[in-house]
Amino acid sequence: MKLQEHTKSRHNFEECMKCTVCTAFCPVLQANPLYPGPKQAGPDGERLRLKDPYFFNQALKYCLNCKRCEVACPSGVAVADLIQAARIKYDHTPPKLRDQLLASTDMMGSLARPFAPLVSFATGLGITKSMMDAMLKIDHRRNFPKYSGRSFESWLKRRKKEQAAFPEQVAYYHGCYVNYNYPQLGKDLVKVLNALGIGVQMLEKEKCCGIALITNGMSAKATRNASHNVAQLRQAVLERGLKVVTTSSTCTLTLRDEYPNLLGVDNADVRESVLLATRLICEKLEKGATLQFKADYHKKIAYHTPCHLERLGWGVFSERLLQMIPGVEFTLLDSACCGISGTYGFKKENYDTSQAIGEALFSQIRSVNPDVVACDCETCKWQIEMSTGYTVMNPISILAEAIV
Amino acid sequence: MKYDAVIIGGGLSGLVAGITLQKAGKSTAIISTGQNALYFFSGTFESLQEDRRIQELFTEAGVRVHYTPGVRLTPMGSFRESALSLEDIDLFPSAKIGRKALIVNFLGYHDFFSSFLAEGLEKQGLQCRVRFLNLPELERLEQSPSEMRSVQIARVVDPIWEKVVQEVRLLLKDEDTVVLPQVFGLQDGAVPDRIRQGIPARVVFAGTLPPSVPGVRTQMLLKKRYQLLGGVYLMGDEVVRAHVHEGVVHSVATRNLDNHYVEASAFILSTGSYFSKGLVANPFQVYEPVFGLDVDYRENRNEWYNPAFAEDQPYMHFGVKTDGQLRALKDGQPLENLYVAGSVLGDTHPELGTAAGLAVRSALAVADRIMEL
Repeated sequence: MKLQEHTKSRHNFEECMKCTVCTAFCPVLQANPLYPGPKQAGPDGERLRLKDPYFFNQALKYCLNCKRCEVACPSGVAVADLIQAARIKYDHTPPKLRDQLLASTDMMGSLARPFAPLVSFATGLGITKSMMDAMLKIDHRRNFPKYSGRSFESWLKRRKKEQAAFPEQVAYYHGCYVNYNYPQLGKDLVKVLNALGIGVQMLEKEKCCGIALITNGMSAKATRNASHNVAQLRQAVLERGLKVVTTSSTCTLTLRDEYPNLLGVDNADVRESVLLATRLICEKLEKGATLQFKADYHKKIAYHTPCHLERLGWGVFSERLLQMIPGVEFTLLDSACCGISGTYGFKKENYDTSQAIGEALFSQIRSVNPDVVACDCETCKWQIEMSTGYTVMNPISILAEAIV
Repeated sequence: MKYDAVIIGGGLSGLVAGITLQKAGKSTAIISTGQNALYFFSGTFESLQEDRRIQELFTEAGVRVHYTPGVRLTPMGSFRESALSLEDIDLFPSAKIGRKALIVNFLGYHDFFSSFLAEGLEKQGLQCRVRFLNLPELERLEQSPSEMRSVQIARVVDPIWEKVVQEVRLLLKDEDTVVLPQVFGLQDGAVPDRIRQGIPARVVFAGTLPPSVPGVRTQMLLKKRYQLLGGVYLMGDEVVRAHVHEGVVHSVATRNLDNHYVEASAFILSTGSYFSKGLVANPFQVYEPVFGLDVDYRENRNEWYNPAFAEDQPYMHFGVKTDGQLRALKDGQPLENLYVAGSVLGDTHPELGTAAGLAVRSALAVADRIMEL
């Protein structure tokens, strides 16, 4: 018994029973024959790589890191972690300029913000897209997220006093997307939390969670961001006594799980205090808090659970909140990957795979024909809006719209 | 979160119990650690007597079943008695299913044992011919030979089933029987039947190594039905702790929900057997890991297994002890609101293939008990 405890490997790889269930769930395997599949790339390959790094296969870069293999695994093997950890450990090819640009979401955000209308206009032009395709291999068929002229941080800073007046307080890890691209989501969160008597504070200085750095081969920088952010979380949780809420499922997974599991940055003392806002709100409502909904609200909503939310296992909170809104006609979409997976789908070599993976989801959305698709992930939003034409809203924004 | 019933384990028994309870207006959640034994499903519920209720439950979920007592062809070429089966499975009055058989496999697919099948059928007096189909559409899969698996093949061949029919017809000479691997109808359970109708011989689909395509489809349909009825399926989560007070289970804590406990009036333990870790064996004991329930097993480890591999294995009979109402026993006393269903009960007799039957029957029995409360 003791012997077994002491021989447990990282990511549980020796627990693999070779049952192949993961291969049935891998979205990449269905679309890209160059990818060896989660079983081969994960536990099977790990056995060989541990003997000799020669067996590391560059094709592991085709892994989306969607973690569907882990959710499906009956034996508790962290298949996707095995694959990403192998990329961190064995792949020393310096990342391409393009991958560096795509991964540096916060740097790009700060650079673009002062010229937001110009940047948003330029990236929407065919000629810019063709140039980026030719020079950087960023696929020209992709739509780019728009940049916002004013950051969310500056908006919230000016409301510091007003927010501090609420009896209860939380800290908000907003992430790059809310800060640079879509401050409205942050504003919606503030509206909903304020309605529950909760004021919103910022972390002293947050950095990008670093998921794109991890998947683009820049783990050293990701580790620096992780250490910085964990120190920030400690300051908020341990010193200020706050819970930290988020609105992005991927940032949440990264802060809670990728830091310790992939980057070796210990967050055990703060991990349980990092919560997706939908979970915090559900818990408040369960304890008796109430929200005032508009009497005439009506919306047909199709909810898509992002892959990383499936891995967190918290989709149930978003579902509950949406179903609770009077006047909402709710459909839970089948569990499927939209195919974009952050920066993956922006790369020219992945575009076709990305769209092929998402097709099942897109066609289900078309057949449900909702007023709006709900989803807790910003990159799923870009992908679904671009590929189906339907508007995608974060459940928090829907709540904000539905309350008085 | 609070429900009328929380079901621990999302395989066949958990889903059947969940669907039955949801249909009766109870609110339930299923906590499932990854996928389950349906991925290895033979497609038959061998121990079952005819039962309208069970057939209705499956039919309403879109799972096509038929009740035809007889024998089915196993992947090893032998025949086994069965009754209730998925439509993919053919049941015959006797093992002498024909005169001549054409066994067709896909080139490069190693999870289908055509030579065993031929040997087995020849014992029944059938003359056999094995042929391989080389479809250009499958070449894409051959780039990763380790991933040439049933489900991947199904994704390729389902949309071109008519082409498969044509190719098989070209190979067919005077055989009255065609044996094909069970790699059809991943999304659409009607595909196997369309293939049967297109080939002028009796078509038999024989099992492959996992994943089982009919099993995966069954799992998807049952889960979808459960969710449509309002059930909450917590996928890829795991119960790490149970809160039991004076013989009553109050709530469970899960890995993903950490300090957000899942409460219920009744709980069902349907965590499966050793593979799903419903039962755990270490060198010293066999135990039930969630509640530490009483397990019926032999003290002497040498009596756990039979060195003759293919013989009846005693460890497969080990399982959680219950009272007459299928309530779990802990230290000899029943826990008031914890019911047990499926393979964690033990006594599944794999040589008889009774696990699926036990799963369905026990799930219905505990669901009925909970509905009476």
